[in-house]
Amino acid sequence: MKKILCSLSIMSVICGGTLAAPQDFDFKDPKGVNVAVFKLDAPLEAVNGSANAISGTVTFDPEDPAKTKGRIVVAASSLHVPNPTMKQHLQGDQWMDVKKYPEITFETKELKNAKTSANLTTAEAVGTLTIHGVTKEVTVPVKLTYLKDKLGMRVPNQKGDLLVIRANFPISRKAFGINPNAPEDKVSDTIDLTLSIAGAAPRS
Amino acid sequence: MKKALKRIALVIALGAVALWLVLGANRGWTKTSVAVVTVDEVTGLEGRVYKNRFLPGLDFLGVALAGAGVLALSSVFISSRKQAQS
Repeated sequence: MKKILCSLSIMSVICGGTLAAPQDFDFKDPKGVNVAVFKLDAPLEAVNGSANAISGTVTFDPEDPAKTKGRIVVAASSLHVPNPTMKQHLQGDQWMDVKKYPEITFETKELKNAKTSANLTTAEAVGTLTIHGVTKEVTVPVKLTYLKDKLGMRVPNQKGDLLVIRANFPISRKAFGINPNAPEDKVSDTIDLTLSIAGAAPRS
Repeated sequence: MKKALKRIALVIALGAVALWLVLGANRGWTKTSVAVVTVDEVTGLEGRVYKNRFLPGLDFLGVALAGAGVLALSSVFISSRKQAQS
């Protein structure tokens, strides 16, 4: 009987190891820490705002982070700047036209030059970025931090893992058709984007 | 009337400058919300929460001072018109 139990436990460990599979991380964020920050230079003060209605799914394999794939969606209506007139303009039809283009999306095709050290993976994510209805292929430097068994620290009594993604990259305002006629001495063409998000993969 | 308009203009100008100074002397645009950065203990992510707060900027100061200037000028105009009529 002891031998049977022993071999069963060994088998379960071996199977557990071989069954380690890619995990789906859900980036819908109940704690509201996920944020996409944008910044454009302007004469009096830089236009600095953020969006926090972020969702999407990323498939991440801790054994092979290079195979990471996924899609992150930012609700354009959540774009916020502290000046109310500026916010109205930002969401209006000359700038982001959030009624016509309600989503900003980034979909990865592949991860290049992935380097993993402990739980941190740095790579270049090649994918398609869609803003203001314009889709462009971009290469974005990303940092992925895999936090095994840390979901319980955010959601009590919930087992699972967390995946933190950080990215910072510039895009051209004109390339995405965002008020291309706005003169660059009033507002810069370069939009500096910073994405700081965490997704959860619960386990039962 | 002339004195009253000038006094109102002075009150508006001084009030605007005082309000601008007291609320932080913001040298940017006027804001109605202010970003508060929060750090998530587990992930280390820096989140942003906006809190409603009025922060007058240079545009607020400019409009207030321009308004006060118009009032002060109109007081001169009114008094000179009265003098011309009499």
